[in-house]
Amino acid sequence: MVNTKVSLCGTELDNPVIPASGTFGFGYEFAELYDINLLGTLSFKGTTLAPRFGNPTPRIAEAHSGMLNAVGLQNPGVEKVISEELPKLFEVFNKPVMANVSGFSVDEYVKTVEMLDSVEGIGWFEINISCPNVHGGGMSFGTSPAAAEEVTRAVRRVTDKPIIIKLSPNVTDIASIAKACEAGGADGVSLINTLLGMRIDLKTRKPLIKNKTGGLSGPAIKPVAVRMVYQVYDAVKIPIVGMGGISSAEDVIEFMLAGATAVEVGAENLVNPYACRDIIEDLPRVMEKYKINSLDEIIGGAH
Amino acid sequence: MLDSIFTLKESRKIAKNTYEWVMEGDTSHITAPGQFVNIKLDGFYLRRPISVADVEGNNLTIVYKVVGEGTEKMANMPVGSELLVLSGLGNGYDLAPSGDAPLLIGGGAGVPPMFLLARRLTTLGKSVSVILGFGSADEIFYKDKFEKLGAEVYVTTADGSEGVKGFVTDAMPEISYSYFYTCGPEPMLKAVYDGSSASGQFSFEERMGCGFGACMGCTCETKYGNKRICRDGPVLVKEEIIW
Ligand SMILES: Cc1cc2nc3c(=O)[nH]c(=O)nc-3n(C[C@H](O)[C@H](O)[C@H](O)COP(=O)(O)OP(=O)(O)OC[C@H]3O[C@@H](n4cnc5c(N)ncnc54)[C@H](O)[C@@H]3O)c2cc1C
Ligand SMILES: Cc1cc2nc3c(=O)[nH]c(=O)nc-3n(C[C@H](O)[C@H](O)[C@H](O)COP(=O)(O)O)c2cc1C
Ligand code: FES
Repeated sequence: MVNTKVSLCGTELDNPVIPASGTFGFGYEFAELYDINLLGTLSFKGTTLAPRFGNPTPRIAEAHSGMLNAVGLQNPGVEKVISEELPKLFEVFNKPVMANVSGFSVDEYVKTVEMLDSVEGIGWFEINISCPNVHGGGMSFGTSPAAAEEVTRAVRRVTDKPIIIKLSPNVTDIASIAKACEAGGADGVSLINTLLGMRIDLKTRKPLIKNKTGGLSGPAIKPVAVRMVYQVYDAVKIPIVGMGGISSAEDVIEFMLAGATAVEVGAENLVNPYACRDIIEDLPRVMEKYKINSLDEIIGGAH
Repeated sequence: MLDSIFTLKESRKIAKNTYEWVMEGDTSHITAPGQFVNIKLDGFYLRRPISVADVEGNNLTIVYKVVGEGTEKMANMPVGSELLVLSGLGNGYDLAPSGDAPLLIGGGAGVPPMFLLARRLTTLGKSVSVILGFGSADEIFYKDKFEKLGAEVYVTTADGSEGVKGFVTDAMPEISYSYFYTCGPEPMLKAVYDGSSASGQFSFEERMGCGFGACMGCTCETKYGNKRICRDGPVLVKEEIIW
């Protein structure tokens, strides 16, 4: 029997597979398809202080081995997430969950985390810093080490739960951002969020997505993501949650060798609703094939 | 909702750029006309959403227009091909409010879902009228199939090459009906919305990531709140639409 257990910021996961924020809703709709308690945990839809409709449609475009999205953080706002969505999730999920939080100012992050902090069942915060900072000229928090550290410090003050900062790949030196988060008191980092992209319709000669740009995800971005996880592993001591184009158990192992303690699966859930279940069920076979007895032994094994 | 393999049994061209497929598989999750399936194609990341045109036993019929690379690939697939199909998606049309004389209005690629709907309504003994709108005579399909159900069929073509010259709304004034159901390009839906005092149901299209409610890629605003076209739609009732 192989051992798929890993420990993420002090909490044990049965396996390292986590559905990525924005591709799994609040989980309960997937519970109609399979028992979601077989997941390591899940990261729920990016939650903001106020309700958000998101961007106008079309929000989605296809790409080779991937997709662009400009959903724009549609969510009902933290109050309704706590009063309506999470109770439905906890009816079908009995493991600690990862709360994905977004904001457009430091204050919004802080207030949203404060409100979620008292909810029982939240095991980790995943702070998405890919959003534009309205007080910082619209530049994303995740593109400046100083802004990333500021957000980290601010949320650190209001919660004792593990904080994982989710990094944007749209930067020249992701390791320096990861270091800033570590200095600010982060318990972990997760990466990568989507890569900024665009597609143009030859018939209309206009961008396919109404928002013009969208985030690229799916297998197309996997080598970029593996490279970034590898670089961040060299730069920080805190654990890494790796993601970007994962669609198989082999991919999980590749990210762990690069330095990930756990992984998230995003776009693949959309094209194969059973993706996470399939990957988890296939992990023991692939571990045996590559003579891995225990997954926690291979973290960073490629270094 | 079910993700399962369907086998392509029949494939034929039925009008200009328009193909009909009969696929065999587990259709048990398809519960209402107006629902759709999401088809995985080798070499394409996202699935292709296509309406259920008919379902009988293990046979699922779809009709699609070739508009891009995916549908082009579909048109060239040989009989016997196996496809991964997510079935039973969307809410579908509600037959309950139809009244005795429902009017069905389909435009172009919006005609297929009208067929199963017409079949269900005629089975219930309703006196069904159908308006089929196309660009030109060579694009017309399913006119005879609707007639065989006993429906009163009106055809419109934009260029006047067959039937009433103009749009579906040009055929509406001469028909008396209790309620309507429609599917087609959005400008057509809007014209029907503006042109009828009756109530009815509209089926919408949107670019989709997943097709089953997970990604929020297809959301629209309605008077009853935000709805995902793929899961809370594609059918919306007239009263909730914001135009
Ligand atoms: C609920 C629903 C039911 C549909 N039913 C039918 C039907 O019965 N018959 C039919 O001919 N067509 C139908 N369509 C439209 C059909 O999905 C598109 O024509 C098809 O996806 C085009 O694929 P492509 O690869 O040829 O085009 P491309 O333009 O190359 O496709 C690129 C991407 O855009 C998406 N896309 C392109 N056009 C549309 C569109 N109009 N709506 C949604 N996504 C689109 C594709 O799925 C793909 O992800 C339906 C769409 C929806 C949303
Ligand atoms: C439709 C969609 C919505 C997303 N929404 C969020 C979100 O709300 N918050 C977030 O942190 N990341 C969001 N992401 C990013 C994913 O969580 C993930 O970081 C990214 O897609 C890369 O992984 P993948 O290639 O496996 O999809 C979203 C991705 C997609 C495709
Ligand atoms: S297409 Fe994903 S929610 Fe509708």
